[in-house]
Formats: sequence, C-alpha cells, structure tokens
Amino acid sequence: MGVKPLSAVDLALAAGLVLVLGLCSYRLRLGLEKRLAVSAFRTTVQLLLIGQVLNILFARGDFLFVAGVSLLMLLVAGREVSARQNRRIRGVQGWLLGTGAMFVSSFTVAYIALAVIIGNEPWYAPRYAIPLLGMLLGNTMNGIALSMDRMTETIWQQRQVIEQRLLLGQSGAEATAEIRRQALRSGMIPIINAMAVAGLVSLPGMMTGQILGGSSPMDAVKYQILIMFLIAAGTGFGVMVAIWQLRRNLFDDRERLRLDQLQRR
Amino acid sequence: MAPLTIRALAFAQRGPYDFTVRSGECLGLEGASGAGKTLLLRAIADLDPHEGSVLLGDLDCREISGPAWRTKVGLLPAESHWWHDRVGEHFRELDPDDLERLRLLGFDRSVLSWQVSRLSTGEKQRLALVRLLQNQPEALLLDEPTGNLHSSNVAQVEQVLQQYRLGRAVPLLWVSHDPEQLGRVAARVMHMHRDGSLEMLQPGRA
Repeated sequence: MGVKPLSAVDLALAAGLVLVLGLCSYRLRLGLEKRLAVSAFRTTVQLLLIGQVLNILFARGDFLFVAGVSLLMLLVAGREVSARQNRRIRGVQGWLLGTGAMFVSSFTVAYIALAVIIGNEPWYAPRYAIPLLGMLLGNTMNGIALSMDRMTETIWQQRQVIEQRLLLGQSGAEATAEIRRQALRSGMIPIINAMAVAGLVSLPGMMTGQILGGSSPMDAVKYQILIMFLIAAGTGFGVMVAIWQLRRNLFDDRERLRLDQLQRR
Repeated sequence: MAPLTIRALAFAQRGPYDFTVRSGECLGLEGASGAGKTLLLRAIADLDPHEGSVLLGDLDCREISGPAWRTKVGLLPAESHWWHDRVGEHFRELDPDDLERLRLLGFDRSVLSWQVSRLSTGEKQRLALVRLLQNQPEALLLDEPTGNLHSSNVAQVEQVLQQYRLGRAVPLLWVSHDPEQLGRVAARVMHMHRDGSLEMLQPGRA
C-alpha cells in the first residue's frame, strides 16, 4: 500500500494556514511575519532539494556514492558541533575532536544496525542507510555539542579549583571527575527522556511518517524502537568519546590544565 | 631532605632563573605585585609549562609524573580553594602530627564537620596549610601564606611552618610582601624586580 501523493494544490492549502498565521502575527504586532515567511520558504526549498538528492541517491545506490554523501553529512555535523561551542579547542584539533567522536559512534552504530540487525543486501542500500545515519548524526551531534560545551564552560569557571586539586597531587582525570560526569549526563539525558515519553506525549516523527506512508503501525513501532535504541547507544558512546578526548586535550602530559588550548568564539 | 635547585628555568619570556634553596633553609622572596613571583612558584611546581630544570636533590621533575612532583614539591597558593561541602572531605585520616598542627592553628577535630561555605578566608588559609602538609611535601613553595590572616594568627602559621622545616630539613621558598616577616623567618631574601629579574639581598647570611 503506497502513500497517497500530495499535489502542489494540497501543499498550497497548508501554506494558506501559515499565511493566516502570518496575518495574525501582523495584527498582533508579534513581528514574526518576516521570519515565519523566510522559514517556511527555507523548509520548502531545502526539503525539495534533499528530495531530489535522495532520488538520485536511491537510483544509483553504489557504495562510493553513499559513502560520499555520508561523509558530507558528517562534515556538516562536525561544523555544527564546533559552531555551538562557546569555548572550543584551538585549530584543527577542536574540529577533529567533535567530528571524530561522531564518526566513531554514529558510523559504528549505523553499520551494526544495517549489516547485522536489518540485514539488507547490500547493507549500504541508501533507502535505509541515509535516513538512519541522518537520524543518528542529528542526535549524536546534539548530545556531543551539549556535553562538550558544558565541560569546557565548567572547567573554565572552576579553573582555580581544578588547579588547586592539581597542586595537591591529583591528576587531571581526578580533578575533573565530577565535571566530566555532569557533562556526560547533560549529553545523554535528552535521549533518555525522549525514550521515557515516546508514544505517551509525542508520536515520534519517523514513526508518524512511516504510518502515513502506509506501513502497519506495528512495523512502524518496531522500527521506532530500533531507532531509539540506536540513537541512545550512538549518543551515549559518542558523548563518552568526546569527553574523554576533550580531557586529553585540556591537560598535557605533565597533567597541567592548559586553558590556552581553548579559544573563545 | 634534599635541596631544591632551580637551573636555567625560563617561562613566558621570563628567566632564566638559577638559584638553590638549601635543605632546611627558608629562602624569602619579595618584590612588587605583578613582578611574577606567583608565576615563578607555579613553574617550579610544574603547573605551568617551562624550560630548564627543577631538581629536588638529584631528581629532575621530568623524571616523575606531574602529580607525583607536585606531591613532593608542595605549593600553597595565596588563595585556597575547596570543592567538597565539608572540610573533612578534603582531608585524609588525621595522624597525630596533623592534629597537633590543627591545634596550633586554633582548631580541633570538630573542624572536619564544618561547612566549607561558612569558613572565613583566614580559616580557609590556615586549613589549607594543614591539608597541604598531609602530603608530607619534601619542599614547600609558599605564596603569601599569612596574606589573609589576622595578626594574632600570623605567628601560629609561622610556627607550624618553621616546625615542619626544621623537623624534616625541608627547603622552603617563602613569598611575602612583609619585609619584617621575611626578616623573622628567612635566612636569605631575594628581591624580584619589575622586569622579573632576581637579586639576592643578603647573600650568605645563614
């Protein structure tokens, strides 16, 4: 059973609702109408474009092409993680840190899901690989950015306490144990919370899409459970790698706190 | 205990510094604020990157890990910091020496249950000294150890430090703004000029 295709007229009707919202915003002097228009326009153009890209991708389906698109997604996500840091590690190191953590966790988890769990032939079939990786990258990106920002910010604020602990003979790992724990938590809690309320408060977008697309609700639900587990694992391991690497970058081989490695945005 | 030898120590466009704090000697260090006295102590404790070497006897700081070095060469910063809620969580099991030091500084065992947030600056500074000495450092770097203290407590801190120095023949590098204090506690005094250079004020008066 296929999805009932939408025509341009259908979408125009939905756009009409947004237009009414814009009029309300104007009458209420919310000042949001311009941003609303730009955002609505962006979402249309960006999604139409990605639709074209996916069309081409699904038609070709060779490994190199899928790998190329995956890499591009990773690079964009890596840039985004860097951009969200208030203070970040200087130079290429800083960019590599977040991107590397995302690569290790997202790509490993995606590979296990595709090759072992879903078991497609070939495992990199783009209809599965690209949306899955996209969802994993999007979520690990959020978790890693949050936890790294939390860690650098706290270490910056508590630098004197940390140096006091170093002076008493503690290692960098000991002196930042609690800070790193909190950073790990802040990166992992959003997905844990999302799992706790899934289906009760919100129907996850992927599942909704699948059901609208004609899948049976149980099939959609099983895929959603799979995705939740994958995202939790990917985010958790990614955050751990990022925090571990961040600590190694902030303390040198003599266990000195090297805040000169940080630069402010 | 072994002497503390600073050899061609250079950092952040300062130095090179060459001097020795002998076993059991208290070497005073004075000079204008901002001249870099604290930076010198930090470099000796290997808390800041530096060139040249610092030796405790024959032991070069690079031969052991940073934390191991900082356990042996204890730096008491001008302002102490505390990270747990209660005082006692910052201390190991107290031995008779620790209790004696607490007593000399005007505390008893009950201080361990105190809230850190209720300590005055002076109390923090005195307790930080006991905390540092629990590591049994083999050399001491003191950054204004009585800077925040009421005059009645200054003598007690000086006494605790002198006892520790004499009991173990530990080299002591004592930074102070107070020439009278350095006259009391130090055998020799160095002056740090604004450009960071050092000058021995009373050479050889041991």
